[in-house]
Amino acid sequence: MDRIKHAFASKTNLLNTYFTAGYPRLHDTIPLAKALVEAGADILEIGMPFSDPLADGPIIQGSSTVALANGMNLPVLFEQLKGLRAAVPETPVLLMGYLNPVMQFGVEEFCRQAADVGVDGLILPDLPLAEYEEFYQETFKKYDLKAVFLITPQTSEERIRRLDRLSEAFLYLVSGPGTTGGTTLPDAVVQEQYFERIAALKLRNPRLIGFGIADKAGFDRACGHAEGAIIGSALIRALEDVADAPAAAESFVRGIKQA
Amino acid sequence: MTPTTSYQQPTARGYYGQFGGAFVPEMLYPNVEELRTQYLAIMADPAFQAELQALLRDYVGRPTPLFEAKRLSAKYNTRIFLKREDLCHTGAHKINNTVGQILLAQRLGKTRIIAETGAGQHGVATATVCALMGLPCVVYMGAIDMERQAPNVARMRLLGAEVRRAESGSQTLKDATNEAIRDWIANPVDTHYIIGSVVGPHPYPDLVARLQSVISEEMRKQLLEKTGSELPDFVVACVGGGSNAAGAFYHFLDEPEVRLIAVEAAGHGIHSGHSAATSVLGTPGIIHGSKTLLMQDEHGQITEPYSLSAGLDYPGIGPLHAYLGEVGRSEFIAITDDEALTAVAELSRLEGIIPALETAHALAALGQLGAGPDDVVVVNLSGRGDKDLETYLKNMDKLV
Ligand SMILES: Cc1ncc(COP(=O)(O)O)c(C=O)c1O
Repeated sequence: MDRIKHAFASKTNLLNTYFTAGYPRLHDTIPLAKALVEAGADILEIGMPFSDPLADGPIIQGSSTVALANGMNLPVLFEQLKGLRAAVPETPVLLMGYLNPVMQFGVEEFCRQAADVGVDGLILPDLPLAEYEEFYQETFKKYDLKAVFLITPQTSEERIRRLDRLSEAFLYLVSGPGTTGGTTLPDAVVQEQYFERIAALKLRNPRLIGFGIADKAGFDRACGHAEGAIIGSALIRALEDVADAPAAAESFVRGIKQA
Repeated sequence: MTPTTSYQQPTARGYYGQFGGAFVPEMLYPNVEELRTQYLAIMADPAFQAELQALLRDYVGRPTPLFEAKRLSAKYNTRIFLKREDLCHTGAHKINNTVGQILLAQRLGKTRIIAETGAGQHGVATATVCALMGLPCVVYMGAIDMERQAPNVARMRLLGAEVRRAESGSQTLKDATNEAIRDWIANPVDTHYIIGSVVGPHPYPDLVARLQSVISEEMRKQLLEKTGSELPDFVVACVGGGSNAAGAFYHFLDEPEVRLIAVEAAGHGIHSGHSAATSVLGTPGIIHGSKTLLMQDEHGQITEPYSLSAGLDYPGIGPLHAYLGEVGRSEFIAITDDEALTAVAELSRLEGIIPALETAHALAALGQLGAGPDDVVVVNLSGRGDKDLETYLKNMDKLV
């Protein structure tokens, strides 16, 4: 069963939540996954913390620093994820992170362990397309891991079509120029023109909009232009300094998903 | 023997052997691609070259002298020449790169400049050319480096640049580079990122190496005049990211009889846990969009290097240097803080030249070359010591 395809076929207005593994506490990963899904998250993106996360804004950088200080690393994460499918049997789960830790772990071994614990796909923003096609695609396919690619307002149509051909999951529409948390969102009109330009391309993959979406209004607006949206930094902010992170995650998601 | 392949050129995708490439997130792809597809054509344009050469001559002060250091030579019993990059405008080789890149930025239609800086020399060199061209300039600098290189912070501000404090991670050069890259992600259309060394995604390592190659181009002519041969026996340069070394090595890369010595910062000692000796402590990985040797833990987290010198504590080296070291074309030597300080005092007293702390690492390697009385050694004197006076004053006990 392809959990990603199934989710997009059976639901609308999908909420994909990103959280950093090992944040706020080392062993929050699985309890958070379970709480998010119970509250209504449709897809989970689990961040693998990295010391130098170039595509991330201050909130996710901060959570990565805390997670690393808590002792998170790939062996610890895969050990925790052995409990993933007991906690969230149906929900698509993606691992998101930077290439260097994956390279050091070993790409093939990384894919094997990810597939073993029931991960569906990978988002590695600093893995270039040409490298992916030449060196990684085959290994990803061997373990049935779907690669998710990012698109920005600057991405050319030709390149979008190439990414669309390569993708078997969804396309990640970065909402505007900026890192996660969304520092310099363009004005609403420009942004909507961009979303509509992409929608008009009639791509074969569904699209999720991410970066800078922080609340229900932002989520609803994104859902007007795509199959759903991704929320990361705002969720992580909601987990800061709370006694019960899973409970905080649950109420955050309910706030987004309420009718 | 004529070499069949050149060490100078990376492949079309920016590889030197296994090192290099452009590992950038999609948000940076258009920026880097624009640069990649245009930099060679722009640099080959005679109008660009004419403007660059005029600025190098009249503004930077090139050619810089090649000075025969007789008292230093006597001490090491060999023939030592100093390539005086410290006499460049702003006091270091860094401006060779920034004048070239600002002309490139103008031709790309960019209206805003960003840069990272460690010692502040690249930041000052960038702020300087931005003032010259009337372009707004933002320089990212680690919070710790802002403390230890305070005079350069003041210089950048006087030149009209905005200096932004990088507070993340180790609060030094690597974090300033992260912040500059994030700024470029947020400002993809109007901004050019003037990177300060032969690091980062392709085409930066090649672009910066080409702009710094004027150093070895001049060396060859000057050596011919002074020694009767264009080729020395040794070229010695310090390596942070590796731009002054790349420039000093460039036109000797394909002359196998010239030994190329890259000098790294060993901090308190290579294996002390406080070091920046990447060629020894580093393993292949990805930093700032480039596959190269870098200092990292077993889980691929980039570790925080240490050197007393703010311009050498970068956890990686440029991919060209990783490659040259791997294939044996260059040799690495690591120099501790204390050895570098001793070399500062030595050059000051013997030749009346106070070198930058980074440069002093190259000088400190002189005793380890095994150079004989008939050998010609060129040390690339990458910068002058004014910016380091406070550090020197604090370490006066080691300098007298
Ligand atoms: C005088 C001087 N030399 C050397 C360096 C190291 O940089 P690179 O290795 O790129 O030449 C710096 C960097 O700030 C510097 O200021």
